[in-house]
Amino acid sequence: MERLDLEKLSVRQLNQYLHHELPSNLSKIEILNPNGLHNIAVGLDMPVMVDVLGHAGYFLGGMNKQAEIIVHGNVGWSIAENMISGRIWVKGFASECAGASAHGGLLFIEGSASSRCGISLKGGEIVVGEHVGHMSAFMAQAGHLVICGDAGPGLGDSLYEAIIYIRGKIQSLGADAREEPMELDDYAKVKELLSQTGIDYSPKEFKRVASAKTLYHWNVDSDQEY
Amino acid sequence: MITCMGDRGSDSAGLAVFSSLRERNLRRYSLCSPQSGFDWKVLGEALRSETSCQVDMSWIENHGRLVSSVPAQTLERLLIRKFPSIHLLSVGRAIEIYKDMGHPKDIARRYQFEKIEASHCVGHTRMATESAVSLAHAHPFTAGEDFCLVHNGSLSNPWSLRRRLEKQGIRFETDNDTEAACRFLEWRMREGQSLEEALQMAFGELDGFYTLLMATAEQMVLVRDAFACKPAVVAETPDYVAVGSEFRSLAHLPGIEEADLFEPAPEEIYSWNV
Repeated sequence: MERLDLEKLSVRQLNQYLHHELPSNLSKIEILNPNGLHNIAVGLDMPVMVDVLGHAGYFLGGMNKQAEIIVHGNVGWSIAENMISGRIWVKGFASECAGASAHGGLLFIEGSASSRCGISLKGGEIVVGEHVGHMSAFMAQAGHLVICGDAGPGLGDSLYEAIIYIRGKIQSLGADAREEPMELDDYAKVKELLSQTGIDYSPKEFKRVASAKTLYHWNVDSDQEY
Repeated sequence: MITCMGDRGSDSAGLAVFSSLRERNLRRYSLCSPQSGFDWKVLGEALRSETSCQVDMSWIENHGRLVSSVPAQTLERLLIRKFPSIHLLSVGRAIEIYKDMGHPKDIARRYQFEKIEASHCVGHTRMATESAVSLAHAHPFTAGEDFCLVHNGSLSNPWSLRRRLEKQGIRFETDNDTEAACRFLEWRMREGQSLEEALQMAFGELDGFYTLLMATAEQMVLVRDAFACKPAVVAETPDYVAVGSEFRSLAHLPGIEEADLFEPAPEEIYSWNV
């Protein structure tokens, strides 16, 4: 295990170390004093465990591959943006655009996520322990967003093929998003994702939200008020 | 906090400082000169000889700090007549304003921010988008007495607001969009609304992106627009409330580990009484 202190290293030095100098036999790293700094541990591509001890800023773990990052605090905008694989676990809350455009991997936010969580999701999995803000899963194309609490306005606006599972209340659905009955596959998916995060809710408590696909084709007769 | 946020805005910075209320007949006036080297003693003397009012004049850098029983209108008339280059930045029993161009770190040093004692302060670092970089365009903006506002974002209808306000006889000092929001809210408060009521109305009137942090002598208030386009983080502790654009600016505050941290929701009014 190695400790790297962001009061002694710049974020650039830290990331260069993680990208180019990390000994291949090192399995765990602790990052001290994240203090809201941006771009911590972006672009990792190795099976290493990274513990971030404190609150981090914007873009933590962006483009992550393989690495497992645990943030013992809150994070700013765009955590795990474009994640490819691996796992990022936030013990506090996440600001806007969490998991934006993630292609793979699992993002678990124990607290709430702010607006636009899972925007343009492209195959990643996101589990939020509490609530999500407005316009979450906007234009999400593939993958799953599991919300254990409530959702703000405009949930799933302009969804493509991503699926949302939500346990709490939906303030409003976005354009073309609709509630659908849960099937056996849905229960299995929720169970699988919850088991990976240690959250103990019954999949039966969740509703499914998916695209009604009315925006897939241009409708010349529509009054364009979606 | 303000030095750290120099990363987000480095062209100018400002700080509104609210300290103890002066006596009912006295006002704190913050003045500034666009050029350094202005002789503030001369201004104090002129005020003293033209009125029989109490005049207590001090200065730092190109800012004059005046405590006086002279009414604001009398002071403004004297400035126009004898000292037309001098700007009046703020008026009130509690408020003082310091703002200038340059990196926030340098401004904080030049104006000795570390020596300031106050019950509450509102700071801002600016990266200009909508209007010029000048001292007058720097935030905080003020209107009326003991009211200031800082803004992150941009408004798309400041000119229509402004035309409406100008019909009410309200004068503008800059072409800055934030000034429109500031004067709109102060106008509503002068018409009898509370700041919260004025903000509720502003949600329907202000078009654009904004996180606004405002203060009066007794209150601090924070709002974000309906889309929450611009960031804010709040830290509450038993000893203080701190608001920043990002956690970075709060990370080094004492006791922050124990603070209740949260991100304000869109179109919610958060207010704290001092």
